[in-house]
Parts: sequence; structure tokens; C-alpha cells
Amino acid sequence: MLKHIISAAALLVSSVALAAGPNIPLEKAPVDIRDTESLQRGFMLYQNYCLACHQMQYQRYARSFRDLNIPEELGMENLMFTGTRVGDHITNTMDPADAAEWFGDAIPDLTNVARVRGPNWIYTYLKSFYKDESRPFGVDNDVFPMVGMPHVLQELQGVPYKAYETRLVDGQETQVYVGIRTDGSGEMSEAEYDRAVADLVNYLVYTGEPYRLESERLGIKVLIFLAIFFVLAYLLKKEYWKDVD
Amino acid sequence: MKNLMNWIEYRLPVMEKMKIHMTQYPAPKNFNFWYFFGSLAIVVLVNQILTGIWLTMNYEPSAEGAFRSIEYIMRDVEYGWLLRYMHSTGASAFFVVVYLHMLRGMMYGSYQKPRELLWIFGMLIYLVLMAEAFMGYMLPWGQMSFWGAQVIISIFGVIPFIGDDLTLWIRGDYVISGATLNRFFALHVIALPLVLVILVFLHIMALHEVGSNNPDGIETKRDNDGTVPADAVSKFEFHDNFTKGGKKVIIDSIPFHPYYTVKDLVGLAGFLFLFAYVIFFMPEGGGYFLEAPNFELANPMKTPEHIAPVWYFTPFYAILRAVPNPLFGAVAMFAAILALALLPWIDRGKVRSVRYRCGLHKLNLVNFCISFVALGILGVLPATPLYTLLSQLFSFTYFGFFILLWFYSKNENTKPLPERLT
Repeated sequence: MLKHIISAAALLVSSVALAAGPNIPLEKAPVDIRDTESLQRGFMLYQNYCLACHQMQYQRYARSFRDLNIPEELGMENLMFTGTRVGDHITNTMDPADAAEWFGDAIPDLTNVARVRGPNWIYTYLKSFYKDESRPFGVDNDVFPMVGMPHVLQELQGVPYKAYETRLVDGQETQVYVGIRTDGSGEMSEAEYDRAVADLVNYLVYTGEPYRLESERLGIKVLIFLAIFFVLAYLLKKEYWKDVD
Repeated sequence: MKNLMNWIEYRLPVMEKMKIHMTQYPAPKNFNFWYFFGSLAIVVLVNQILTGIWLTMNYEPSAEGAFRSIEYIMRDVEYGWLLRYMHSTGASAFFVVVYLHMLRGMMYGSYQKPRELLWIFGMLIYLVLMAEAFMGYMLPWGQMSFWGAQVIISIFGVIPFIGDDLTLWIRGDYVISGATLNRFFALHVIALPLVLVILVFLHIMALHEVGSNNPDGIETKRDNDGTVPADAVSKFEFHDNFTKGGKKVIIDSIPFHPYYTVKDLVGLAGFLFLFAYVIFFMPEGGGYFLEAPNFELANPMKTPEHIAPVWYFTPFYAILRAVPNPLFGAVAMFAAILALALLPWIDRGKVRSVRYRCGLHKLNLVNFCISFVALGILGVLPATPLYTLLSQLFSFTYFGFFILLWFYSKNENTKPLPERLT
């Protein structure tokens, strides 16, 4: 019995593994966790578009408010859709069993997603949805083929589709893929959408390591101390070793 | 005060032991860069033990709570991220330091008579360290913790007859589960560190019994029969244990303290600079110290696309994969470690240091380094036909080092040894 379960699981796993892996080169995400305004916008986007499905169960509201310079009262009023206390984790109320039924799989927590996937992956992923009526949610994604997630940012981007141009290739008229275009129904222009995605990715990079800036500030001091310590240790050694011929 | 000191000294000769092991311990005066790594290994061990103790205070050893408790340490415990990064970077630093320490021993023949037992203790430390690191890597209960353990435990399953029962016994369950995590936690925080500390103690005791080797590999304790020139005799006072009450003269040596303690302090500062840089600025070590899939909770239903062990295991992992038959692969992997342990007997040469050995030995040592590093790189990469072929090639050259050494070391064409340290 156990063997059957394992082989079935292995089969499932191998098909998932085949489906994973981007088909296209990843774009470089313009990450800057020192840009607090970008982080604030990213936080807002996360709360409005991601949190309904994706929890951020290791990050607390208070932490995001503090690190992003958002006054607690303002934050609790405008950005806290779940939880009751400012120290609560950023969770949602979706039942995992429902999620599995609706989306075919457990929905990943996103606290550490930037450390798991890398910022470039997320950035390119969010820009690579395109219309595909054969899929359950009407969209597919070149970074995550056969994706089980709807294009939640569609109202911002507009309906994206794969655009082709007719070009002469080796003397033959051929349809050449030229990239993803939108129908213009979105609230944002292409540049605005790119910036929104960048903000969101920036915020996810921040939540992966909320102590990153603190670490680097302390790190500089430690390195300076060690450099001085090195010089002093070297001088001490030289002094002692005068006895040794 | 003096009376108190005498009272203690009579019952526990602390000052006497200080003299034997520190202030009147003769160390050859020509230790170079390569001699930093012994003391650095102790520093890293202490770092691991101290940060480990503090991590345990907030870690939760259970399949349900482990991952969450690590994130709690990283985010909510004051300087928890620092403790955790010191510990995770420390694990890699330990292997960097130990590998360089072992290479030093190989270059200068520090395993040769009379230091065979010292070398064996060192190899035991290395084995325990690998077990310690492996079990520690499981504790965050991330994807790589789970699947890496899956791969490594399954290696034991290839042993004929007892393999399946053995893996069951190791896991404590039919699959890797909370039961496995709990026992690995117990072994990681108590059993193995205890063994490690005892082995390190024995390693140092064995060293101080026979004395340190040196980059020239020549004896610095000579018989006091009047043949040693007066200007060679060390002007420092050494303990009777080493001069055997005047029967031996010690040349070109200095007391370990203060000369090597201050010198090791310089090495320590240099090491800590690099160590701190990694901790504060690149704790993931480019994905080699902390692997990306390990930031995701362990999921027995979802295999990561590519399972690679942590970098310090990869040379042996590459040897394992190079052999098509899993049983022989496992045998080859353990043989690769055993061969190192048997170096004192494989090397039949009388000259210790690479400086005075034949040209072939120099080339062979380079061959060993290249093979080891190449296998390390191949162990990280997926097993494509080309990489498997390369792994086979470098496994061959890895074992070739030992086989060649055994043959040419018997009647080696060595250079004349210097009378004194250079």
C-alpha cells in the first residue's frame, strides 16, 4: 500500500517538476530595500491583492509598520484587513482545504518567497501572465507554465496577451512572438505597472529579511573594529617576536 | 594569596599544566600561514557551542514548530538573526578551516610517525563533525533539510540484508518525520558535541605528547650527545617533560605562549573579518551556506527540482554518484574517507615535508587538491552524463593519489634535509 502511495506521489511530483521552471530568461528586478516609499507601496499592493490568498504568517503587522515608517494608527486603519492587534502576524482566514479545491494545490506562504525564488523570478513572473482561454483562470504564465493562480493584478495591468508580428524570416513570412501586450483596459500604463510590480517585489525582499539593513549597519561597525583589531594584533605580534631570531 | 595558590597547586597542579601546555611548550619557530587553522578550528567550535546554546533557548524541536520557531528566532528574538547566522555560517567556516588544517597536515607530512594517532583523532573529529553538520542541517525543517536527509539516510539503505532495517532505525519512522527530527536534535545538541569536545581534547593531548611538526618536517628535539651546535639550542626555557631532564636539546623553538598566542591573534583577526563579512552581508553564502529551498517549509509531497547536499559534503557525494551501482557507490564514498584516515600507513616515505620530497609527490598533491575541488563542484551540479563522466574521472584521480603515493613513497628520491629549521 505504502509503495503505491509513494509511486503515485513520485509520479505526481515528476509531472509537477516538469511543469516548473521558467521558459524565458528572467528580468532583473530593480530592488532597493532602502527605498521606504517603494516598500510602502509594495506593502499596500500586497495587502490589497495578495493577502486574500497568500499568508505572510511569519511577519507581524507591527514589524512592517515600524520598518516602513508607517504610523501604527494609520496602518491599522488602512492596511490591517486581518488580525485584531498590531502585533498579530499577517495571516488570512482561507481554509487550506478550500484552497486545495479551488486552486489544485496548497497556497504558499510568501514571507520568504523572495529568498526561495529570488526577486528576479517574482518580478518576471508577475509580468509574464498572458491570456489563455484553455486554462481554468483564463491565463497562463511563461515563468510558471500551467500556473494555478489567476492574474490578480489584471485590473491594474489590463488583459495581457501574447503579441505576434508578421516578419520575413529566410524569405518566408512568419509569425514572430514579440512579447506581451495588454488591451489597455488596466488602470496603469506599462511603466506604472512595471513600477508596481517592482514595489511589490521590493516589499517581498524586505519581508524575507526584515533585519537586512540593521545587519549591514552593525556589520560595518564590526568590520571597522576588526580591521583596527587586526592592526593592533599585528603590532603586538611584532613586538613580542623581536625576541625570536 | 601565595598560600592559596600553593594550596591549590598541591591538589591540582594548574600552573604546572599551564607550563607544560602553554608557557613552556616548545613550538617550532617557523610556523607559517597554514598553522593558523588549528587554533581557528577551536574558535569556530566555541562559536558553534555558544550560539547553539542560545538558539536552543527558542528553537522548537518538532515537525510542526521547527520552521516557525526558526523564523521566530530570526524576526522576534533580539539579535536572533545574528545568532542564527553566526551558527549557520559557523558550520561552513568549520569545514573551510578543517579542510585547510587537513591539507596542512598532508603538505608537511604531519600524519607520519610518530603522529599517526594524532591524525586518527583528527579524522574521527572530521567524521563526527560531518554527522553533527548533517543533523544540524535538518533542524530548520525546510525543504532541503528534509530532502537532503532523505538522500543521505537512503545511502544506508543500500547495505545488503540490514539496509532497510537500518534506515528505519535511523529515522525512527517509516518516513522522515517529527520522530527523526527529535532524535537528530538530541544528537545534535548533546551527544555529538560532547563526543566532539572529548575528541578535540584527545587530539590536543596527543599533539602535545609528540610535539608539533613544522613546515620543514624535521625533528626539533635532538639527543643531547654534543652533536648539536651551541647556537642552534633554543634560548628559551622549556618544561622538563620535553627536555627529558636534559637528555634532549630543543632547537629553533619558542614557547607557545606568548609567541604563538599573539601570532594566532593576528590570524584570528583576519579570519573574523571574513567571517563577519559573510554573516552580516551575505549569510546565504551565494546559496551554498543556506540553500534557497530551505526557506520553504518541508513538504514530503513536493521534491525540490534539484537536491544538492551542502557544499562540504559534495566531494563525497560526487564519488557516490559516480559509481553506477548504489552499493559500490556507498562503499567508494566511505573508502574515500577511510583512505585519508589510513594516510600514515599508505605513505611509506621517511621525509615528511613536501619541500624535500620528490617532484612526483608535489604533482600528486596538486592532483589531490584538484580532484577534491573538482568533485566538490561536480557534487553540486545535476548528474548529467558529462558531469557523471567527469565525476568518474576525478574519483579515479582522487584514489589515484593514494595508490601512487603507496608505490613511490617506498623508495622515494628525496632532497637532503636541512640541519635546522629554515
